[in-house]
Amino acid sequence: MLQIKNLHVSVDGNEILRGIDLEVPTGAVHAIMGPNGSGKSTLARVLAGQEAYEVTQGEVIFDGKDLLEMDPEERAREGVFMAFQYPVEIPGVSNTYFLKAALNAVRKHRGLTEIDAMEFLTLVRQKMKLVQMEESLLHRPVNEGFSGGEKKRNEIFHMAVLEPRLAVLDETDSGLDIDALRIVADGVNVLRQQDRSFLLITHYQRLLNYIIPDRVHVLLDGRIVRSGGKELALELEEKGYVWLEEAAAQPVGA
Amino acid sequence: MAVMTETRTEGITGAARFVADFDAFLRELPSEPAAVTALRRMAIERFAILGFPTLRQEAWRQTNVAPIAQGAFVRQSFRPEASEPAVDLSGVDPLAVGAAARLVFVNGRLSTRLSSMDELPPGVVVASLAESLEKAADKVEPWLGQYARFEDHPFVALNTAFLRDGALVWVPRGVVVEKPIHLLYVSTPENGNPVVTFPRNLFVAGENSQVTLVETYAGEGVYFTCPVTELVAGPASVVDHYKLQLESRDAFHIATFQVEAERSCTPSSHSISIGGSLVRNDVIAVLNGEGIDCILNGLYLGEGRQTIANFMRVEHAKPHCASHELYKGVLDGSARAVFNGLIHVHPGAQKTDAKQSNRNLLLSPSAIANSNPQLEIFADDVKCTHGSTVGQLDEDAIFYLRSRGIGAEAARSLLTYAFASDIVERIKVDPVRRDLEEFLFARLPQGEVVRQAV
Repeated sequence: MLQIKNLHVSVDGNEILRGIDLEVPTGAVHAIMGPNGSGKSTLARVLAGQEAYEVTQGEVIFDGKDLLEMDPEERAREGVFMAFQYPVEIPGVSNTYFLKAALNAVRKHRGLTEIDAMEFLTLVRQKMKLVQMEESLLHRPVNEGFSGGEKKRNEIFHMAVLEPRLAVLDETDSGLDIDALRIVADGVNVLRQQDRSFLLITHYQRLLNYIIPDRVHVLLDGRIVRSGGKELALELEEKGYVWLEEAAAQPVGA
Repeated sequence: MAVMTETRTEGITGAARFVADFDAFLRELPSEPAAVTALRRMAIERFAILGFPTLRQEAWRQTNVAPIAQGAFVRQSFRPEASEPAVDLSGVDPLAVGAAARLVFVNGRLSTRLSSMDELPPGVVVASLAESLEKAADKVEPWLGQYARFEDHPFVALNTAFLRDGALVWVPRGVVVEKPIHLLYVSTPENGNPVVTFPRNLFVAGENSQVTLVETYAGEGVYFTCPVTELVAGPASVVDHYKLQLESRDAFHIATFQVEAERSCTPSSHSISIGGSLVRNDVIAVLNGEGIDCILNGLYLGEGRQTIANFMRVEHAKPHCASHELYKGVLDGSARAVFNGLIHVHPGAQKTDAKQSNRNLLLSPSAIANSNPQLEIFADDVKCTHGSTVGQLDEDAIFYLRSRGIGAEAARSLLTYAFASDIVERIKVDPVRRDLEEFLFARLPQGEVVRQAV
């Protein structure tokens, strides 16, 4: 579903990603781990299409299409979703109505009819339960005045409504207490299915106790230095990133 | 067709033209109370001294009124035989749905044909000022010209000299007028010539009364509207005032809204400025009693080469009063906005709670917003805050919306709408609020997406 080949990305002339190769098959859950500053979030944002990042080399193929050619909204309509590390507060824009407009943009792109108000309400009620979101948050402006945990749950709620083909979760676990983490993880697990892939970007192994990945990649200094099964996460938890930093001189590859 | 006596004033431009026309205007008028005639004489004398303001005067530095001073406008006529020009009200008609009364003024003069009156509570007067000057002077004389000062303001002076028609709304003590009262002022060329009108409104809300007033200004082509509205909010009264400036894009609009607030009243005013090429709204509120809670909000939307200025002056004359001002502007193209907000706290006006905020959203690199808050505080136990911002749309918010599938243009429109909706939402008169929402959906690119998303 997702193929990243030799991806180099710079911000303000500084190279952050220095040759990423990664393939996420359809239906797979891959985790990308790495310390702060390793380029994890840059990778997520490049996939979502944030313009501040300059791709200097390489390509990203999503479902056989050149993802980097697309505007952020086209990517979303094609089925790419990124849960933000820092969801943006948008005063004056209703969480629900905005989501309805977003869903209809996606549906239109897929050749489906617009969803009517009643159908949408039923859908929203059902998806809210997934993340145990309070109904009051639906009627508030997007993320405005939400707690940190509420914002992260709202991201998963958006994902559940938009039903992407590829979901990139950028440190969705950071700052969550264990109850909120379980709720977010349960939400993701319910949405795991054969035609949907996940890329979980995380600093900590704990999330991976609740969402069992098919594969774990370690990102260090803009390169993937090691890839393995779910046990790699446990190894990292035990040894930290230092032992891999030494190995970074001789990258193993994906 | 009555026109400004063009032969006699030919070659005279600027202020002198209006001064020269004054005697002819007086001769045109039917009878009126001697005190009113005396007032207009003082005003024209003052105007002759003040003249039109120039860019060298601080208060007018950013609003160039030369096109008004040099313009050849046909003055509103009150000759009985003058016929009423045809006007198209389709754009403003829906605003007045469900009104208790609707007065329509065409080129400054009441059109009885277009005006209508629903059932009003006993004792409430909604009438033409011109008619009231002749028939009900007791409802006019004690207040007219007592609050809007023309000594330092040439346009208030000009209005006072040439005032004749406009709305008189007089609500007796204890009476509640539940439905809004709508006043529409429409300008249209007279035989192809641009007109100048001087609408004069007097709103008197008695003690413990309640009333909602909507002033709407519209028109076509080039013209100059110079209204002055005096509102006297009696003790414990509740007065909600809305002003919709929807003038043509070639029009000049220089208006003054003067509020005299008495003990424990809660006056509010929402000023929406959309039309006009050169617009200035002066709002002056004098809080002349204890326990007043005054709200002054505004929204201005400028594009092209529009200039929209809002000059606010809130006088806290007595203790324990609150004033809250929130003015927001959205500026595109080469539009220019000026906000000047003065809060003056008099000696002894302790426990004043004054808050002023001006926020500007610039949608284009050539749009300009100037914001000048001024605090003059002569009491020591007060809370006065002011803040002003000039900024662009938040790029992070645009990206967030786009990452969910909303198109770039729609995302920008949605955020622009959200910025303006802060004021729109506060409009309590449903047809007015809905009309403004519809206007925004129509004006913003991808407005249909915005309609769905808010």
